[in-house]
Amino acid sequence: METAAIKIENLTMAYGDNVIQRDLTFEVPEGKVTVIMGGSGCGKSTLLRHMLGLVEPKRGRVLYWGEDFWGADEARRLSIMRRIGVLYQGGALWSSMTLAENVALPLKEFTRLTEREIQELVSLKLALVGLAGFEDFYPAELSGGMRKRAALARAIALDPEILFFDEPSAGLDPVSARRLDELILELKESLGATIVVVTHELASIFAVGDHSVFLDSVEKTITAMGPPKDLLAHPPNERVREFLTRGGSLN
Amino acid sequence: MRGSVALRLEPGGRAVLALRGQFLLDGGVPSHEEVARDLKDLKGISSVGFDCGELGKWDSSLLAFVLRLEGELGGSGIVVERSGLPKGAKRLLDLAASSPRGQARERERGSLFLRTGQWASSQMIKSWDVVGFLGEVSWSMGRLVTGRARFRGSDLLHVMHRCGVDALPIVSLISFLVGLILAFVGAVQLRVFGAQIFVAALVGIGMVRVLGAIMTGIIMAGRTGAAFAAELGTMELNEEIDALRTLGIPPVEFLVLPRMVGLSLMMPLLCVYSDLLGILGGLSVGVVMLDINIQEYLRMTREAVKPSYFWIGVFHSFVFGVLVAITGCFHGMRAGRSASSVGQAATSAVVSGIVSIIVATAVITYLCQVLGL
Repeated sequence: METAAIKIENLTMAYGDNVIQRDLTFEVPEGKVTVIMGGSGCGKSTLLRHMLGLVEPKRGRVLYWGEDFWGADEARRLSIMRRIGVLYQGGALWSSMTLAENVALPLKEFTRLTEREIQELVSLKLALVGLAGFEDFYPAELSGGMRKRAALARAIALDPEILFFDEPSAGLDPVSARRLDELILELKESLGATIVVVTHELASIFAVGDHSVFLDSVEKTITAMGPPKDLLAHPPNERVREFLTRGGSLN
Repeated sequence: MRGSVALRLEPGGRAVLALRGQFLLDGGVPSHEEVARDLKDLKGISSVGFDCGELGKWDSSLLAFVLRLEGELGGSGIVVERSGLPKGAKRLLDLAASSPRGQARERERGSLFLRTGQWASSQMIKSWDVVGFLGEVSWSMGRLVTGRARFRGSDLLHVMHRCGVDALPIVSLISFLVGLILAFVGAVQLRVFGAQIFVAALVGIGMVRVLGAIMTGIIMAGRTGAAFAAELGTMELNEEIDALRTLGIPPVEFLVLPRMVGLSLMMPLLCVYSDLLGILGGLSVGVVMLDINIQEYLRMTREAVKPSYFWIGVFHSFVFGVLVAITGCFHGMRAGRSASSVGQAATSAVVSGIVSIIVATAVITYLCQVLGL
C-alpha cells in the first residue's frame, strides 16, 4: 500500500461568496508525479496556492504526511514548508540578485553551511538544471526557459521532499518544454521526490503524470482521477474526454 | 546519526570508502580533505570506490562530498569510481556533469580614459533621450490643442481626483505647519522691535509668493511623481506600453498627457489652498502668541500681499505641475524590466522632480527680479 505525501479532505475554495471548487478530496502518492489538470479558470492555480499554505481554505483540510497544515502552529507550518519546493509559473526569481544569490538564499537562511560549501552546492544545483557557469548572471539577462530552470535550481536548493510545479511548460517552446519534463522525471527518479504538477499542457500531462486529478469548471469539483493514460483510454465523462483529446472525437 | 567514512583496502591497489549514517545538509558530513589525505598517504592506490550498504538518508551534501573528493584527488592519479554510490546520486552527478558550461562572465574594466569616454557617451545618449521625450510631449500637446489627441477623459478625471482631492489632507497639514513655523520664527525676531504685526506680512508674502507653491510641489513630487513612475514602470514591465505602441496609440499621448494636464490643472488649485492654510497657521500664532486681533491680522495680510504675488505663486505651481508630471512619467516609461528598476525609477522621479522644482524656482525668481515684479 503506497503512502500519501499530501491528503486533501473536503477542501472548498472561495473568494468571498464566489465558490471556485468545492469538496475536493484526493491524495498525492509519495514518490510519484501527480498532475492537477483542468481548463483555464477552473481553479488549478488557486488549489496550488491552498496546498502551499498561501491561502487558508474556506472549509476542509490539507494534510502533509498526515499532519493537518492549518491546524498546526506557526513553527510546525514553517517546518513543513521547508520540506517543500515550488517552481512558480514565471520563475519568480528575485530580480535584484544573481542566479547564485537566488539559489544560495535558502541555503544561507536554513542551513549552517560555510560560504564555500554553499557556493559548491549552488554550482551543483545550477549544473543539475543545465546552467553551469551562469552563477553571475541576473535573471533579466536570461531567456524564459533558462529563467525557469534557474528557478528550479532554487526550488531544489534544500532538497525538498515535495516539489510543486505551476504550469512548467507555460511560455516555453516545445523543445524546452520537453527538456523540462525530462528534468522533472529525472529529479523524481534520482531524488525520489514527490512531485505535483499543475498544468493544462496535454503533452506534459502524458509525459510526466503517474496520477492525475481533473478539476471540472462546470461541476466545480473533481470529476476524474487516475493515471492520465487510463483516463484517455476510458474517459469517465464527456468533459474529461474533450479535455484530453483537445475537443476531438473518439475516432 | 552523523555521516562517517571508513577506509578499507582491497587487493589490486583499490580502496573502498564505506559510507555510514546520514549525509544531510543539516548535520555534519565528514571532511573530504581528511579522507583525501588518508588516501594519498596510502601509497600504491590506483582507484577508490564506495560501499553504501550502511548509508542512511542522503541529500545534496553527499553529492557535494563526492565532487569535493574528486576535486581533491584530481592530480594524484587516484581514480574515483562512482559505481558504488546510490543509483539516484550517481544519476544526479551524471546529470550535473552533462550540463554544458555557460560562457564565463567577462566584466572587463577598461582604462580610465575608456571608462570616461563610455560614461560621457552614455550621458549623451541619455540627454538625447530626454530631449526626444520632451519633443514627444510637446508634439502631443500640440495635438491636444488641436483636439486630435487620443486619451480617455475618464483617465484625466481619475488623475485629477487622485492628485487633487486625495492630496488635500497632506497638503493641509504641511501648509498649516509651514505657516505656523514661519510665523513663530518671525515673531521671535520682530518682537524685539515691537513689530509683531509684520508677522502677517511675512507669512502672507512668503506663503503666497513662493512657499505655498514649493511646499505643494515637493509634496506632489514625493506623492504623485513617484506614483506615476511606479505605475508606468510596472506597465512597461507588463508590456502594457508595448501593447499601446503596437495598436498605433502613442503611449506619450495616451498615458503622459492625461497625467500632465491633470496635475498641472490641480497644482494651482492645491497651491491656492495651501496659501490659505499657511496664512491660517500664521494667524493662529499671531492670535495666540502675539495677541494680534484677527481683523487686524487679516487687514495687514491683505495690504501686504499684492495681486501680482498671488499670480506669481500660481504660475510657479503650474510650472511645478508640468515638471513633476514629466519627470515622473519619463522615469516610469524608461524603467527597465525588473522589480528593482521600478523602485529605481520611482526614486529618480522624486529626486529629479524636487531638483527641477528648486531650479525652476531660482529661474522664475530671477526673471521676476529682472521684470521688476
